[in-house]
Amino acid sequence: MKKLVLIGNGMAGIRTLEEIIKRDPSMYEITIFGKEPYPNYNRILLSKVLQGDSSVEDIVLNDYDWYEKHGITLRKGEEAVEVDTEQQIVYGNKGEAVKYDTLLFATGSNPFMLPIDGADKEGVIAFRDIQDCETMIESSKKYKKAAVIGGGLLGLEAARGLLNLDMEVDVVHLPNFLMERQLDEPAAKMLRQELESQGMNFLMEKQTVKLRGKDRVTGLLFKDGSSIEADLVVMAIGIRPNVQLAKEAGLEVDRAIVVDDYMRTSAPNVYAVGECVQHRDTVYGLVAPLYEQGKILAEYLTGDKKSLGKGYEGTLLYTQLKVSGVDVFSAGEFVDKPDTKAIRVHDEFEGIYKKVVVRDNKVIGSVLFGDTKDSPRLLDMMKKGQDISEMNKVAILPSEDHSAGAESPVVAMDASETICGCNGVCKGDVVTAIKEKELSSVGEVTAHTNAGRSCGGCKPLVSDLLEHTLGEAFSEADKKQPMCGCTDYSHEEVLEEIRSKKLTLVKEVMNVLEWKEPEGCSGCRPAINYYIGMAHPTESDDDMNSKFINERVHANIQNDGTFSVVPRMYGGVTNPEELRKIADVADKYKVKMVKVTGGQRLDLLGVNKEDLPSIWEDLGMPSGHAYGKSVRTVKTCVGQDFCRFGTQDSIQLGIDIEKRFQGLQTPHKVKMGVSACPRNCAESGIKDIGLVGLQGAWEMYVAGNGGIDLRQGDLLCTLETDEEVMEMISAYMQYYRETARYLERTSHWLERLGLEHVKSVVVEDKEQRAALAERMDTAIAQFNEPWQQIINDGKIKQDYFEANVTS
Amino acid sequence: MQELINKQVDAGHVSSFPVKMSKEVVVGSLKLAVFRLEEDEFYTIKNECPHKKGPLVEGIVSGEHVFCPLHNWKISVKDGQAAAPDEGCVETYETEIKNDHVFITV
Ligand code: SRM
Ligand SMILES: Cc1cc2nc3c(=O)[nH]c(=O)nc-3n(C[C@H](O)[C@H](O)[C@H](O)COP(=O)(O)OP(=O)(O)OC[C@H]3O[C@@H](n4cnc5c(N)ncnc54)[C@H](O)[C@@H]3O)c2cc1C
Ligand code: SF4
Ligand code: FES
Repeated sequence: MKKLVLIGNGMAGIRTLEEIIKRDPSMYEITIFGKEPYPNYNRILLSKVLQGDSSVEDIVLNDYDWYEKHGITLRKGEEAVEVDTEQQIVYGNKGEAVKYDTLLFATGSNPFMLPIDGADKEGVIAFRDIQDCETMIESSKKYKKAAVIGGGLLGLEAARGLLNLDMEVDVVHLPNFLMERQLDEPAAKMLRQELESQGMNFLMEKQTVKLRGKDRVTGLLFKDGSSIEADLVVMAIGIRPNVQLAKEAGLEVDRAIVVDDYMRTSAPNVYAVGECVQHRDTVYGLVAPLYEQGKILAEYLTGDKKSLGKGYEGTLLYTQLKVSGVDVFSAGEFVDKPDTKAIRVHDEFEGIYKKVVVRDNKVIGSVLFGDTKDSPRLLDMMKKGQDISEMNKVAILPSEDHSAGAESPVVAMDASETICGCNGVCKGDVVTAIKEKELSSVGEVTAHTNAGRSCGGCKPLVSDLLEHTLGEAFSEADKKQPMCGCTDYSHEEVLEEIRSKKLTLVKEVMNVLEWKEPEGCSGCRPAINYYIGMAHPTESDDDMNSKFINERVHANIQNDGTFSVVPRMYGGVTNPEELRKIADVADKYKVKMVKVTGGQRLDLLGVNKEDLPSIWEDLGMPSGHAYGKSVRTVKTCVGQDFCRFGTQDSIQLGIDIEKRFQGLQTPHKVKMGVSACPRNCAESGIKDIGLVGLQGAWEMYVAGNGGIDLRQGDLLCTLETDEEVMEMISAYMQYYRETARYLERTSHWLERLGLEHVKSVVVEDKEQRAALAERMDTAIAQFNEPWQQIINDGKIKQDYFEANVTS
Repeated sequence: MQELINKQVDAGHVSSFPVKMSKEVVVGSLKLAVFRLEEDEFYTIKNECPHKKGPLVEGIVSGEHVFCPLHNWKISVKDGQAAAPDEGCVETYETEIKNDHVFITV
């Protein structure tokens, strides 16, 4: 095998390896020198890491398993310090020499630091790698005032991250408007207003001349004599290609390493890709062109050298800002010139600005603010040099079609038009994948096509495309509704991510999905906790911090802060001994009231929290889960043993059902009833699951509700034996557990999915029914009687039930 | 005089306070909610929601806020302010750690 050495374990280098391995997995024995002590990660998402206390794992693109699987030696934390292009050897800083047949430079860039007085002080950093992020996060714990020098893409993303870390942020910018390389003045003005409303403070037309402070920075001095205080300074004014090593090795270097259309450098068998490369006089700083370079190089290395393809011809650049609440897009020549004309939409009320610059009937540039949906289309028109003389405004900017039923711009796109710019994925690729691989969520599309794997900006388009491609199957009701104000993800998407990424901690979910509110709220946290427990029943623990008080202390809180205790009475059946115990406990703890509930059991009301564990212990009865999003009661009627109309043993079946499903965690509470004849004394017709006995059969009614939205249950099926009843309840309830949104009662869930659909899954499809019932068995096996558990666990008792009393 | 009005009480060893949650501390007739946001970050507010006196100690803690268990008001544990649209404020108490014990100035 030939030996390939890669210098630089970053985004461009590793993508090139991925492309090579895809084409020929056994061509090379690969060694990588990587200065950073991490596997390859998504640098683009560093700003997102800043926004929460998320770990490196969240943005890793290729984990260590990937290196191992492909037999790649990663010299992690080692820097290549010398290259001998004659002997074909690379030397590392720890002394080893590695021979190569093929060498690849992908050393990226270094951040540019202003060479001013004080730039070497503690607390002055760039924004380029994980180390920088960690420094910022650490600083935010001790210091409160940050200054970002540079109001460009990177600077603004850093500033947003620092705001999230609770720092006060001043952005210092030399020109008189923000992102002047990507935006024109009106767009920049709107951007500034939006960011100011998010809490950023801007100091425009200020040139920093000195950083003050002793060891650590304490402030900035500007040329006009004014100054500000800051105990953290982030410089985000630009990058410089990292070419030192290449220069020393004798490669031709201008502003960056000079390469031809096949990414060949001036030395034999030495190639270069990424930000360290200069191709046809252009140096790129975004991943899309770098990924294209990687692809071309992989094709060249693995292909037939005699029939070379066209090679790399350069990339049309565009940018998007990844700051939540701000949509910005910019591409091409967007500044008005004497020979250009422009289409403009400027709506200051809606905060929308669109400008499309045209020369000789061709779109040559564009700036979009507030609504960037048309960006892929515009890019495509620019790339193709499409003649627009016959097109009206709406054809160029489809999002301006405000007529009812206007379609998403993706519909009008050609199959060859790009959806994901970073990874060069076109509409056709996505549609084919959705159809052939039967994909139904954005997460799945990303996993199969790479669309959305880098900056994530195209996810809304992918979602539109899913909807358009799936048509009927993607029903109105499935349309995206964010889970809560902390995120743009819907319940379904969050669940999908929890499944596909195997997330098992609430915190992890909020980090990975870049929650806007890093620690969530009382709405999303319990929901995430439920989804995790349901999706990974055997590999997750309940997160106490994410549970509503009732479910944390297994009792119902009341208006005065006391609690109620409802012990289980299976099927509503009790006996003198149990009643005596309840009476004794009520006396001993001076319970304020004993009440018969609407669920056929007794409620002890007005109990102090610290008494709960001892009451449970004295009672010696299991919890009735009268407080939980879980299976509550199974009401029963008297039935055949006593009642003159009874045709079935409703009490026994009710007790059996309750014993089997007690305490099972569900999206919302589940109540059941078993009546032994159609007179229906257990009110089976308004229960989540209600059974009605007939001669030799049970009718199973579902999705009844006696609460806020009164709803009569629908007949799901008729069953003959108790075993069939158990299996059907298992399958039906498991399907509800897996597909309902948190806090959606079965009545609303069934209306959303449709009775016929649910029937087709649990009644008509025997295999699915059996699979659902089996997953239900796993869920049930996790059940632990909570009262007993707390009685036994002193730590829980101390943490959640007892107050500290000072002397 | 000052000494008499403001006294520091020992609310217990830090290990008796679960992280990212809260714990009730009773000082005579005064009921306090102590929040331990990080290993070494403690805040104390009165255990009484400005809305209808809900026990804030039972709420879900998210970042620096606690959601009241009774009607879900969102209260900052740092300054005691209720988040908009609700209005109100609960008393805050200075809290510090000395020798691994939590001291509250009441
Ligand atoms: C104790 C009980 C009333 C009673 O004294 O009979 C009761 C008490 C409460 N119900 Fe109920 N419900 C009780 C039977 C019912 C019933 C009747 C039944 O189960 O047969 C219904 C209508 C049937 C249904 O749910 O389909 C009922 C519909 C509700 C609802 C509306 C649910 C809905 O989806 O529309 C709520 C609010 C909620 O869950 O969000 C609710 C919520 C509550 C809460 C937990 C309010 C709260 O969140 O704090 C009450 C606690 C009071 C307290 O201070 O402890 N309660 N509640 C009953 C306990 C039954 C048991 O043994 O577990
Ligand atoms: C905060 C931030 C946000 C960004 N946002 C976007 C965006 O939204 N869209 C977009 O397209 N681009 C974005 N970028 C730019 C994008 O991340 C870069 O273009 C891309 O990472 C460049 O890839 P590369 O492989 O050339 O360099 P890098 O990813 O920097 O990889 C180079 C690696 O080589 C290592 N190295 C260097 N010299 C040596 C040596 N001698 N020996 C061993 N290892 C060495 C370096 O340590 C580094 O790990 C962003 C960048 C940052 C910092
Ligand atoms: S109906 Fe239920 S929720 Fe309403 S006051 Fe009565 S017990 Fe409380
Ligand atoms: S008592 Fe706290 S929100 Fe009502």
